[in-house]
Amino acid sequence: MRVEITLTVNGDPYSVHVEPNRTLLDVLRDDLGLTGTNRGCNQGDCGACTVLVDGKAMNACLVLAPDADGAQITTIEGLATGGRLHPIQQAFIDEGAVQCGYCTPGMIMTAAALLAAHPDPTEEQIRNGIEGNLCRCTGYESIVRAVRAAGRKP
Amino acid sequence: MSGKTQGLIGSRVPKIDAWEKVTGTARYGHDITLPGMLHARILRSAHPHARLLAIDTRAARRVPGVKVVLTGDGVTCANLGLMQDHPPLKSGKVRSIRDEIAAVAATSEEAAEEACRLIKVQYEPLPAVFDPLEAMKRGAPRIHDKVKGNLLSFNYRFSSGDVDSALSRSAHVVEGTYTTRFVTHACMEPCFALASWDPQGRLLLHSTTQIPYLLQGHMAKVLGIPGSAIRIKQPVIGGAFGSKLDTYPYEVITALLAREAGRPVRLLYSREEEFVCSPTRQPMIIKMATGCDADGKLTARRCEVILDNGAYTSWGITTPHIMLLGITSLYRVENVLLTAQSVYTNNPTSGAFRGYGNPQGTFANEQQMEALAHKAGIDPVEFRLLNCNQPHSVTPQKFRITTCALRECIETCRDSIDFKAPKEGLEGVGMASMFHVAGGGRVYKSDGCGVIAKLDDFARLTLMTGATEIGTGSDTAMAMIAAEELGLPVENVSVINNDTDVGPWDVGIHASRTTFIAGNATILAARDIKAQLAPHAAEKLGCTEEELEWFGGAIRVTGDHDRSIPIDKVVRSLHFREQGKMVVGKGFYDPPNEFQARDMTGNVSSTYAFATHACRVRVDPETGRITVLKFVAAHDVGRVINPLGLDGQIEGAIAQGLGMALTEQVRLDQGRMQNTSFLDYKLLMARDMPRDIELHYIETNDPEGPYGAKGVSEAGIIPIPAAIANAVADAIRVRIHDLPLTPERVLEAIKSKP
Repeated sequence: MRVEITLTVNGDPYSVHVEPNRTLLDVLRDDLGLTGTNRGCNQGDCGACTVLVDGKAMNACLVLAPDADGAQITTIEGLATGGRLHPIQQAFIDEGAVQCGYCTPGMIMTAAALLAAHPDPTEEQIRNGIEGNLCRCTGYESIVRAVRAAGRKP
Repeated sequence: MSGKTQGLIGSRVPKIDAWEKVTGTARYGHDITLPGMLHARILRSAHPHARLLAIDTRAARRVPGVKVVLTGDGVTCANLGLMQDHPPLKSGKVRSIRDEIAAVAATSEEAAEEACRLIKVQYEPLPAVFDPLEAMKRGAPRIHDKVKGNLLSFNYRFSSGDVDSALSRSAHVVEGTYTTRFVTHACMEPCFALASWDPQGRLLLHSTTQIPYLLQGHMAKVLGIPGSAIRIKQPVIGGAFGSKLDTYPYEVITALLAREAGRPVRLLYSREEEFVCSPTRQPMIIKMATGCDADGKLTARRCEVILDNGAYTSWGITTPHIMLLGITSLYRVENVLLTAQSVYTNNPTSGAFRGYGNPQGTFANEQQMEALAHKAGIDPVEFRLLNCNQPHSVTPQKFRITTCALRECIETCRDSIDFKAPKEGLEGVGMASMFHVAGGGRVYKSDGCGVIAKLDDFARLTLMTGATEIGTGSDTAMAMIAAEELGLPVENVSVINNDTDVGPWDVGIHASRTTFIAGNATILAARDIKAQLAPHAAEKLGCTEEELEWFGGAIRVTGDHDRSIPIDKVVRSLHFREQGKMVVGKGFYDPPNEFQARDMTGNVSSTYAFATHACRVRVDPETGRITVLKFVAAHDVGRVINPLGLDGQIEGAIAQGLGMALTEQVRLDQGRMQNTSFLDYKLLMARDMPRDIELHYIETNDPEGPYGAKGVSEAGIIPIPAAIANAVADAIRVRIHDLPLTPERVLEAIKSKP
């Protein structure tokens, strides 16, 4: 029994018919072809699939697609504007906060939400703010530096 | 042809693939789909050890969308693994709970899963054994019919001098048994494979492997087809750390399903499957004794190691080669007797994991150094300095140490952590050093890597290589090295390193070897290009070849920079002429290192890395929780190629090493993994990391390294469990010999104090 939902993703309107047990992550990746959001655990434990739902960072694997009906979604593909990277994306590049990169889109979306709420976060705010995002490569140090650097930019 | 270069080496260069990873455009395995692609699932054993009496797949085959169901009896293929003991699909018998019994390809993952649920397997459970010491006993269940006593024939023994008499004559001796547990890689990306066969019968396997060319060979052998009929492509790889150093049943199964279906087949692991079915770090039981004379000079060391191999043999069976090198050669000790024995159990198969046994060995080695120093009444830091290796020395295993800054590493940590500073409550300080391969590690008949460099009419340089990038930034290092050689901006360099049809051979990304080996191959390829361009550039500029320098995208005359010609103009002048030619350079570098002989001697690496870590910890006497207040890492890196990448390697290794020391363990019950999610298997999070981390690099300019660099990627994890254990022992005055140092274990240790 499929249901129709409408979503605005990165500013574009979409209407999709989905099984009610499908998640927002399934819809983004499989129906809309937005594969930048990675599936890490499908259990809400790793944060790799973090997207912004009405401005709030959420694990897309934990949001049932029908519950996202009518929502404004921002994914990693929608973060850069007018051909310019978001400051947090640039900071991740400059600070070496990317290694294998699998956690990166989710980490960046979490950081973008954090920066929207706290434009110049302290180190502790950053460490607590990204506690839902796991990274196996970097040890988080460069990520913390990147968020701080992005926070200091106007 | 030396000349001014661009000063790239040693500068902070962002990873060349960072932009695609921050924009979501990087294509990982699960992003790849092919027309008509089917989805695969694997049915695994319900028992750790059982005979397979019957498998009924009839109901599974009736599930709508199911195209192929395979069982072990229905396929013909050879076994996998160094001992060739590992059938991709099991028949007759299963030996661990991850054993593959059947596989399904269907039009949807749901259908494939439903079909797996409907496969009926009749088992006859057999007595199982999960403890290697039990498995060695007479009468223990036999796991492989032909292997007596579950002892692998791959065992190790090294002997130098007379250990027994040296120990008996020693002024001080410490003895102990140290144990380490199963730890898993927990890559953020779960395993993936995608197979398709073309109408000519050629296999294209997309895999996140670390060993594309060995995989090509293994697949050929297992499937019984020529290697020329196999092409391996690698998507962007979401973490590896050694976990993809073997050819796995799931890769073979995916290829078999695709051949049977006549359609592409993709397999994606769930996170639970990733935890249950990935390789692990070998648990070890290390029995060690070390002696010193009255002055504190090491006299002898005896070490017996038992390794839990699990049910099948991976490439990780060669782990003792690397593990033992730290035990014999971190400090100078003349009389050494070492044995290592791997034992089959019904546990998950052990594999390769960053450090390759050396973190386990160093956990024992460096705790014993500390304990022996105390026993001898010598300051532990001084004790290490007294025994530390020197440049240009040969160790009992015949490792030829060239550059060596172990002394400087120890002194740097001593000065930074302030061992004499007053402590509050249960505070402690600890140190550990490490010795590791840093110029390749010859565990295969070639330790080489090839690079083809193509310089085009627009000054775009493309490096085609087999050297795999798993996130460490080795491709960026290669681009920097090539750019430095040819005087090009890094932005002009592309690296294509994901296709066995394109790149020349590489043994694989392991042993911290890629920047070292592929970097040297890149230098050779770039210099080949320079040799091709130089005569023409010299002619055009009216100078000798020796006067040329390569700078800013141009070739110019040293000391007379107005006489300059763009490099692409020289390329075009060679190309667009009668009997014109393309500019393609090639390099193959195989380091001057040696296979270890049966007696475990031989210079296995062409240079060695040294490092010391030190830390200050606080132990909560109520909860047993350990807080790392400060962490210092000092590394002999030869030469820093890219500080941005190097910091990332060491910081990442610190997080993994602290995980191994403090929180990470695969909990098994009757061979069955109990903690199969990130909630239950505790990786460190950002807030768990020490707030005060200091990194120090000591540059020794290794003569064999590219621009003097040594391999570094594993070095950072190796000393950590030992350094933490030493600091905790300093804090609570009890030494803990088992990893990880969980709060429960720490409390127990505190309570055990007399």
